[in-house]
Amino acid sequence: MTTTMAAASPPLIEARGLTVRFGKVTALDGLELAAAPGQVLAVLGPNGAGKTTFVRSVATLVRPAGGELRIRGRDVVRDAGAVRREIGLAGQFAAVEPTMTGRENLEMTARLFGHGRRAARQTAASVIDQLSLDEVADRRAGTYSGGQRRRLDLGASLVGGPRLLLLDEPTTGLDPAGRREVWDAVRGLAAAGTDILLTTHYLDEADELADEVVVIDHGRVIAAGTVAELKASIGQDVIEVAVADPATLTAAGQILEQVTLGPPRLERGGRHATAPAPGGSGQLAAVIDRLAEKSIGVDEIALRRPTLDEVFLALTGTGGSANDETTPARAGQITAGSKS
Amino acid sequence: MTTIEAIGRPARTPGLLAASGQVALRALRKYVRTPGLIIMAIVQSAMFLFSFRYVFGGAIHAGQTSYVDFLVPAYVATIVLFTGGGIAVAVAEDKVQGFTDRLLSLPVSRYSLVIGRALADSTTNVWSILTTAAFGFLFGFRLPATWLDGLAALGLCVAYAVVFTVVFMVMGLFAASVQAAQGMSLIAFVFAFISSAYVPATSMPGWLQPFSKYQPITPMVDAVRSLLTGSSSDVGLALAWSALLVLVFTPVAALRYRRA
Repeated sequence: MTTTMAAASPPLIEARGLTVRFGKVTALDGLELAAAPGQVLAVLGPNGAGKTTFVRSVATLVRPAGGELRIRGRDVVRDAGAVRREIGLAGQFAAVEPTMTGRENLEMTARLFGHGRRAARQTAASVIDQLSLDEVADRRAGTYSGGQRRRLDLGASLVGGPRLLLLDEPTTGLDPAGRREVWDAVRGLAAAGTDILLTTHYLDEADELADEVVVIDHGRVIAAGTVAELKASIGQDVIEVAVADPATLTAAGQILEQVTLGPPRLERGGRHATAPAPGGSGQLAAVIDRLAEKSIGVDEIALRRPTLDEVFLALTGTGGSANDETTPARAGQITAGSKS
Repeated sequence: MTTIEAIGRPARTPGLLAASGQVALRALRKYVRTPGLIIMAIVQSAMFLFSFRYVFGGAIHAGQTSYVDFLVPAYVATIVLFTGGGIAVAVAEDKVQGFTDRLLSLPVSRYSLVIGRALADSTTNVWSILTTAAFGFLFGFRLPATWLDGLAALGLCVAYAVVFTVVFMVMGLFAASVQAAQGMSLIAFVFAFISSAYVPATSMPGWLQPFSKYQPITPMVDAVRSLLTGSSSDVGLALAWSALLVLVFTPVAALRYRRA
């Protein structure tokens, strides 16, 4: 038994034809996925793509209508109890009790994982230490900042010593400082060897944290690979121009179009224009020449790999609400590209 | 960035009792640490009792007994039907806010969620029952029997509290939102009002009397009244109803938690 386990360690997550329906709505539609252990896996997708349903399936909270889902070789339906001992879930809402202190919350969850009273106390103390919650540990969770609350929620999912941590949109609704706090915590956990599955619609979050990315849309996987692979799969580098005067943006866009023969994306009311450049550096030189001919002042011009944003947009044809606060440069094009 | 060492995995899953205890402890802490909830429950029960006793009471004839002596035992027995909406709301809130998801992702029995909740809410209901009884005495109720009979009647009321808790829990679990849970819990008023609790059932129109007679609240209330007059008629029927409701609603709640 042990030898077979060691010989072929089972995939972290293995989904075959996973289908989940809520009434007439098909949330997951024959999803196929195999992820190796030892990594941070990000599930990306627009709102309603099935990200949360997938996490809930892994957490044994929904019963699939068809297909199979195994976590480290254990079936989420037939062996749900064993799966629950392997996982820790931190959902979209910080599921902590606001009238209890951070320490009380952690001790309660530790007891519910099966720790005895003393072990629960020790585990809570070590999680408090690891997530830098010392100062607030004995205050009621209701008084925490958003970032502190999420970190406490993260801590609650850790007290059972999970092999796989499930983080459903761990930074949604947090301010930039709060996001940094949570990111640091996630990186620390990953470095300590915890496997992590996280969903996000912030592309920079996946870029920051994930080893591998799975893009899902309409309940299916439409792309998977490392961040670098995904960027490479779109293939083309991108020319990005930041004009000095917003009034010249349209003119700059026309030049981009003439050179790259592709439609440029313009930041509405801003100063950035981008376009895929199949011709690489030759086209960059041509763009610079023509901008100079027309005397269009430029703050910055570059040839670069596509961002995950652009990959995502190319794959799904929608941008969701991704990224608008961190990279305002693309807010305009996302509005323009969305279906609504 | 701090280094993070691995956290030990517990050797076994928690027992039913330990898990129920933790679920109960959390619900009790929430209740005790939210003073608004406690005050509201007391004010509400006093307000209704006051209205029945002093506003409607004068127009209701309860046979030989004075209305206050007729009303108070029944009112104490059914107070949970008025305050139980809070249970449905709390259960719905846990579901909507992700707390239930967290619990369900842990290696605990589904029954511990029901048992823990029932333990906690029954405890707060005992508090409601005691304060309501105190208001009853304050508004002029006098115990017609011995203290021992009074305690037996009180014990029966506490048993009902457990029954009603499980029923309200199921409402909260089936409600799609907190508001829906609030609305659903109003169903309890139908059973409370169309019973022998606040008016003699014989004063209702003939077509309504069968509902009053064959629904559980009437025998439950009558059993409490009979204990206070030193008899024990209806107690068997009341306990049978209580057992039936608990046996039906507890598995429904546990099953519903599984699918929540």
